[in-house]
Amino acid sequence: MNTPTQRPLLSRLFASFGPALILAAIVLLFIVLLAWKDAAEQMQSAGLKGFSGFTQAARESAYDGLKAFLSFATFKTVLTQTVVVALASLGMTMIIVSAGIDLSVGSVVALSTVTGALLIQKGVGLPGVLVAGLGVGALVGAVNGALVAAFRLTPFIVTLGMLGAARGVAKWLAGNQTVNFKESNIGVLMTDPDPLGALPPPGVWVAVTLAVVMAVVMRQTVFGRHVFAIGSNEATARLCGIRVRATKLAIYSLAGMLFGLAGVMMLSRLQQGDPTSAIGLELDVIAAVVIGGASLNGGTGSILGAMIGALTMAVLRTGSQYMDWPSYMQEIIIGGLIIAAVGLDKWRQSRAAG
Amino acid sequence: MAGVRKAFGATQALRNVSLAVAPGEAHALIGENGAGKSTLMKILSGAYQPDAGRIALDSQPFRPANPLHARECGIAMIYQELNLAPHLSVEENILLGEKPARFGWLDRAKRRDLARRALEELHHADLPLHAPVNSLPIAQQQLVEIARALVREPKVLIMDEPTSSLTQVDTENLFRVIERLRARGVSVIYISHFLEECQRVCQRYTVLRDGETVGTGDMAAARVEDIIRLMVGREMKDIYPRTPHELGAPVLELKELAGRVKPRRVNLQLRSGEILGLAGLIGAGRTETARAVFGLDELAAGEVLVCSSRREEALTGNAERGMRSAERSQSLLRSAPTREPRDSLRAGLGLLSENRKEEGLMLNRSLADNLTATRLGPFARFGWLSTSHQHAATRDWTKRLDVRARGPEQPIGELSGGNQQKIALGRLLHHDARILLLDEPTRGIDVGSKAHIYRLIGELAAQGKAVLFISSYLPELLGVCDTIGVMCRGELVATRPAREWTEHEIIAAAIGH
Repeated sequence: MNTPTQRPLLSRLFASFGPALILAAIVLLFIVLLAWKDAAEQMQSAGLKGFSGFTQAARESAYDGLKAFLSFATFKTVLTQTVVVALASLGMTMIIVSAGIDLSVGSVVALSTVTGALLIQKGVGLPGVLVAGLGVGALVGAVNGALVAAFRLTPFIVTLGMLGAARGVAKWLAGNQTVNFKESNIGVLMTDPDPLGALPPPGVWVAVTLAVVMAVVMRQTVFGRHVFAIGSNEATARLCGIRVRATKLAIYSLAGMLFGLAGVMMLSRLQQGDPTSAIGLELDVIAAVVIGGASLNGGTGSILGAMIGALTMAVLRTGSQYMDWPSYMQEIIIGGLIIAAVGLDKWRQSRAAG
Repeated sequence: MAGVRKAFGATQALRNVSLAVAPGEAHALIGENGAGKSTLMKILSGAYQPDAGRIALDSQPFRPANPLHARECGIAMIYQELNLAPHLSVEENILLGEKPARFGWLDRAKRRDLARRALEELHHADLPLHAPVNSLPIAQQQLVEIARALVREPKVLIMDEPTSSLTQVDTENLFRVIERLRARGVSVIYISHFLEECQRVCQRYTVLRDGETVGTGDMAAARVEDIIRLMVGREMKDIYPRTPHELGAPVLELKELAGRVKPRRVNLQLRSGEILGLAGLIGAGRTETARAVFGLDELAAGEVLVCSSRREEALTGNAERGMRSAERSQSLLRSAPTREPRDSLRAGLGLLSENRKEEGLMLNRSLADNLTATRLGPFARFGWLSTSHQHAATRDWTKRLDVRARGPEQPIGELSGGNQQKIALGRLLHHDARILLLDEPTRGIDVGSKAHIYRLIGELAAQGKAVLFISSYLPELLGVCDTIGVMCRGELVATRPAREWTEHEIIAAAIGH
C-alpha cells in the first residue's frame, strides 16, 4: 500500500500546469464572451432578430472588440499592469513557501512611492529613487523578519501591525496628501518605448529578469532549499542545523526589497507619490501566489506559478473592461477566483495526503 | 472476510486476503509494513471499499459504506496515530461524536458518567476529565483514544499498534482490558509488531505478506520464528546480527546533566565504537537527555563534553577537516561551545528524532532534500546547488540502505515507515556523524527494516562511531548494545555492560526498585 503509484505524478503535473490551465481557460472564456458580445452588437445595429439573425450577425461582424482584446497593444497593457503585482509576488512566494505571510505589501508599496516622490522633489535622479525604494522596503521587511524570527511572533499578526504602521508613516511623510513633482525621468520605467511595436516597457523586462533570478534562487541554491525546508517542517529544519532565524530575517528583508521595487514601478506609473495607493494590494499578491500553486501551509509553491497567477488577474481585469463590466463586477469575479484558488489548494493537499 | 481484493491505481494492495475472527477472540494480525494490514482494516472499518471479496458480520453479509456505518454496526478502530482533538478535554474527546443529549442540550451528568466508566475500565479513573488532551503525555493520550473506542461498546475492536507509546504497566492494563472485553464476547483484532505481545494476548493469528494471507493458526501452537518466517518469506536466523567492534576512547561525556524539567541528573560516558542503550519507562527523560545533548532543549545544569579530536576524520580521508585537526590536541573531551543543533552537527553529533513525522522529516519534500539537508556542502559551490550531484548521492544512499522508492525526487511522505526511517538515519550517515543519538530508531517499522537498522548500527560501531540507542523495546537493546543505561524519573540510575543485564533487572531499575 506504500508502493509508488501513478497518482503523485499526476498531481505534480497538475501543480506545474494547473495555474497555466486556469490562465488559458480565462483567456478562452473572454474570447468566447467578446465574440458573443461583438456579434450581439452587430445584430442590434443591423436590426436582426432571432437565432438566424444571430448567426447572420456572427458572420457579418467585424469582431472589433475581440480583435482589440487579442492585439499586441492589449498584450503589452496586460504585462505592464502586471508588473507591480508580479514583482511583489516574487517576494511573497518566498514568504509563503517558508510558511509565512506578509500583509504589509500595499503599505510598503505606498511608502516606497511617497519616499521616491519626495526624493524626486529634492532633485534626486532615477538611480537614487530606486535605491531608496529598495532600501525602504528592505528596512520594513527586516523589521517584520526580526519580529517574526527573534520573538517567534505570528507573521500574520506582525505584518498586520506593519500594514497599519507603514501606511501611517507614508501618510506622515507625505503630509497626508499626494506628493507631486514637476519633472522626472521616473516615468521611463513604465512608459511604452515603442507604442506601435511589440516591445514592452523596461519595467516588464526588469520583472521578467528578476523572476528568472528568483526562480533559480528558489530551485538551485542552498538558500532556496532552506526556505523550502523551513516551510515544510520548521522543527526538522532546526534539527538539520539550518539557521532558521537568520534565514527568516533574510526572507522577509529580501521580500521587502522586492515590495519596495514594486513601489518604484507604481510611482513610475502614477507619476506621483500617493500614501493611499495600493490599498489591498497584498490580497492581490497573495491571490497571485496561491493561484500559482503555493500552499499557505508552506513547503510548496513556485515563482513561475506566481507569475502566471499575477498574469491571470491582470487578464481578468482587462477582459472585464473590454466586456464593459462595471468595476464592482470585476471585484466580485476576482473575489470568486481567490476562493476558487484556495479551494484548489485544499483539494491539492487532500490529493497529496492520499 | 474472504477473498478481499483492493487496488490503488496500478498497485494491488490486497490480492487475496481472508480473515476469520470468532466472537470473544483476540486475533493477531501480523505482517510487515506494507503487507496490507492497514488497508484491510480500513476496509473493515468502512474507510475504503473493497474491489472484490465477501465480508460477513455475525453471519450476515456486511458492506460498510463509510466509517460511520461501520461504527453503528459495532466496529471500532483505534489507529496507530492518535486521532484526538488536542484542545478539547479528556471527556469531550472520549465522547466525541457520541453526545448523549436531550432536545439538543448535552446531558452533562450522563456524559461524565460514561467517560468515567470507560476510564475505569482501563484502570485509569485518575485521568482528569476536564484537562485538555494536549496537556497529557502521549501514553495517557493513547488511553483516552482507547477509552473512546470502549464507550461505543463495540462488537469488533481493531487495535493498530496500541502499545507503541504505552509503558509496561499500561500495556499490562490494556491486556487485562482485552481479557475483559473478550469475556463479554467482544472480538479484538490486534495489530502489533511485538510478537511477544501477540502471543500473550491473542488466541489465533493471521499473517499477511504482500497483500495475501500466508498463514493462520492457533497462537499457542506457533513459534515466533515460524511467524517471522511467514512474515518475511525467508528465514531470519538472527534478528540481532553482531558486527564485531572494539571500544575506543571516550567521545562524549555528560556530567551532572540536567534540563529545565527533565533530565534531572545524568552522568554518562560514551566511547567510540560503543553502542550504548538507554532504557526506561515513557517519560523517564531519555528523549530529553538526547535533545539536551544535541542542543534542541536548553540545559539547566551540567556539562556536555565532546571529543574535539578530529583524528578519525583525518583517517577517513576528510582532508580539509584533517588539516585543522593537526593543530589541535589529540583526544581531549571539550565542553561543547554553544548549544544549538547547528553547532552539534558541526561537532560531529547527529540526532535521529523519535517523532519521524513531526520533527524528523519534511514529509512533502523529496528524498534527496531530506537525506542531504544537514550537509548540502558537497553539492554546492558558492551557494549554487548541483541537483544532479545531490540526486546521484541520494541514489547511492538509497541503494546502500535498501530503500524502496521511485527516485530521489519522490516526496518522502509517500514511503512506508521503514523506508522513511532509513532515510532519516541515512541523513546522519551522509552527514558522517561520529556520535549518533538514535531515539527509538525502530519504532513502528517492519521486522525487515528493523533487522537492517540493527545491522547498520553494528557496522557504524565497527567503523569507530559512537551510538546512543534509546529504545523502549528491551529485546533489541539487549540484542544490539554493548552497554545499557537505565533511566528512572529523570535520572540515569545504572549503567552496566549489556550482558550483565536481564530484562527483569532493567524493568526493575526502570520502575525504581
